[in-house]
Amino acid sequence: MKKNIFLLIIALFCCAAAVNGQGRAALRINEVMVVNDSNAVDDFGHRHAWIELFNSNHAPMEISSVFITNDPQNPRKYPVPLGDVNTRIPKRQHVVFWADGMPSRGTFHLNFLLEEGKDNWIGVYDANGITLIDSVTVPASLGRNQSYARSEDGAGVWQIRDDHGENYITPSSNNVIRDQNDKIALFKARDANGFAMTIMAMCIVFSALLCLCLAFLAISKIGASIARRNKMEAQGIAADDATAHAATGHDTGEEIAAIAMALRDHFDAHDQESTILTINKVRRSYSPWSSKIYGMRQLPK
Amino acid sequence: MEISFGDFLMQNLTQFWHFTGFYNATWQHFVMLAVGLFFIWLAIKKDFEPMLLVPIGFGILIGNIPFNTHAGLEIGIYEEGSVLNILYNGVSAGWYPPLIFLGIGAMTDFSALIANPKLMLIGAAAQFGIFGAYMVALAIGFEPDQAGAIAIIGGADGPTAIFLSSKLAPNLMGAIAVSAYSYMALVPVIQPPIMRLLTTKNERLIKMKPARAVSQNEKIIFPIVGMLLTCFVVPSGLPLLGMLFFGNLLRECGVTTRLAKTASNALTDIVTILLGMTVGASTQATSFLTAETIFIFFLGFMAFIIASASGVCFVKIFNIFLPKSKKINPLIGNAGVSAVPMSARISNNLGLEYDPSNYLLMHAMGPNVAGVIGSAVAAGVLLGFLA
Repeated sequence: MKKNIFLLIIALFCCAAAVNGQGRAALRINEVMVVNDSNAVDDFGHRHAWIELFNSNHAPMEISSVFITNDPQNPRKYPVPLGDVNTRIPKRQHVVFWADGMPSRGTFHLNFLLEEGKDNWIGVYDANGITLIDSVTVPASLGRNQSYARSEDGAGVWQIRDDHGENYITPSSNNVIRDQNDKIALFKARDANGFAMTIMAMCIVFSALLCLCLAFLAISKIGASIARRNKMEAQGIAADDATAHAATGHDTGEEIAAIAMALRDHFDAHDQESTILTINKVRRSYSPWSSKIYGMRQLPK
Repeated sequence: MEISFGDFLMQNLTQFWHFTGFYNATWQHFVMLAVGLFFIWLAIKKDFEPMLLVPIGFGILIGNIPFNTHAGLEIGIYEEGSVLNILYNGVSAGWYPPLIFLGIGAMTDFSALIANPKLMLIGAAAQFGIFGAYMVALAIGFEPDQAGAIAIIGGADGPTAIFLSSKLAPNLMGAIAVSAYSYMALVPVIQPPIMRLLTTKNERLIKMKPARAVSQNEKIIFPIVGMLLTCFVVPSGLPLLGMLFFGNLLRECGVTTRLAKTASNALTDIVTILLGMTVGASTQATSFLTAETIFIFFLGFMAFIIASASGVCFVKIFNIFLPKSKKINPLIGNAGVSAVPMSARISNNLGLEYDPSNYLLMHAMGPNVAGVIGSAVAAGVLLGFLA
């Protein structure tokens, strides 16, 4: 019993760890602007510094109760409030927080400002206020109306963007704008006849089934040797003699059937059936899931 | 503005007439209705995969009733919120096929495969049909993702074809599903000539040793190890492989008989009805009667031929390396496609035709169920590369 409880506790710990692993660890700081003179405006029509967060999961993520801060000594500086439907970020999407020091303006207005001409450290902490999910130090050299952004959404290197050419600034939008599926484009360009795909895919299919095949060859050999040893032990034959006995191989189903047939023919034996009919009560264990009483309409009294 | 009573009646009757199927019908609708009726006839009169062709055939009738699409009636399968659209979510979001795989796992006895694991390689070889068709599809001019979705027809596995096409080429899913199920029904017609063509008389007479008995422990270990190994290699096949092996564990573990029974009977029946009907209904004339559909049917046919031939040829090559006492009858090579148990039955029937004492059914079941695993792995590979 104690062993079972111990196993159950281990299983629960594993589950808890797995749940945490699939939680908000995929939240990323994606792009930051410190001085905003001519870029995006907030819902009040004002321009402020902004911080873009990105859900790099392929599942929606609820970010209420995470903390956003610009002070490593105060990780719980701005808790994202509960009860706002907009704090649920759809898969691979973004939200923008305004660093305007006016949290009374709504969920997405932070209670701190970013400072021009200084390094700005920004961190996102999980709901426990201890686990750092992501952080970035925006360099002091970042100019006016420039953003500090990842080269790809949720990944890649940080770079300064000035809204010229390919270096576009993208608040609440993808850092890389794609008009086609890169994988498909690559296959189209490099494998127009499908030959490479065929070779790769067939190798993978063969390897998967070959692994399974080898695993079961090994399992069947181990199983057979265990079964043979158990059988010998049951028959009282020493383990050393077991191999020699196995070599004779007089235990196949066909041989046993042939011996049984020969014995039957020799003794002309027939089953002697008694004429006594015994009726045994069939016991069925009760389960509320299968109880008929719950499926029956109660008669009016 | 006042209108007379007669005008009022006429106005409403005219409007009603504009809503009717007779007013909105086009010749394409009638062609599709004929296709649906043909499927139902095949299923009832010719006994071709009736469990699938009756729901699909009737689904085609349902999906091709002409109506005024601008009237906002919310009845069409592609109109958000309609009943058919809600049922179709299982296809478009791809959760019907894994449920079918749960049932297949709960129905399938993998003993033949466990007893002779090398037969798994035949199941792998037959997947060449998929990638052969992929190359042909690219040559015809399909995009790589569309080619992948079409090529999976060669796996001879309806749920897998629907699952993959819903992810890679949702616009072609109706044609792909109908093509896959049609050719699965035609397996007894397509495979025997290929098998005869590629084998000699001596090869067809090869007798294989009866498979050893498989212990219960091995049967329990198989779905666990199978799931872990295959999904570690191809995680994108997880929805199909996970459910397949889960269903099999329910069957073999011996303590979840009720769950296994439900998965293999009631659940599979329910999902088959919904899947067949909604796939049929999704084949609307406007999207179905195109040149692409004809190409898809042609490619599906090619895929089946290549898959069957590659299975048989692989056995012949494999035999070169096997000792005489362990040679495999190449007639079981066709069973590497995952049309369970139809293709295994064909191997058996053809074997009996040449030697009435040569029963190949249990031997053919090995590659047959390996084909189910192989096609799910192949679908996972295509999804991983092209999604």
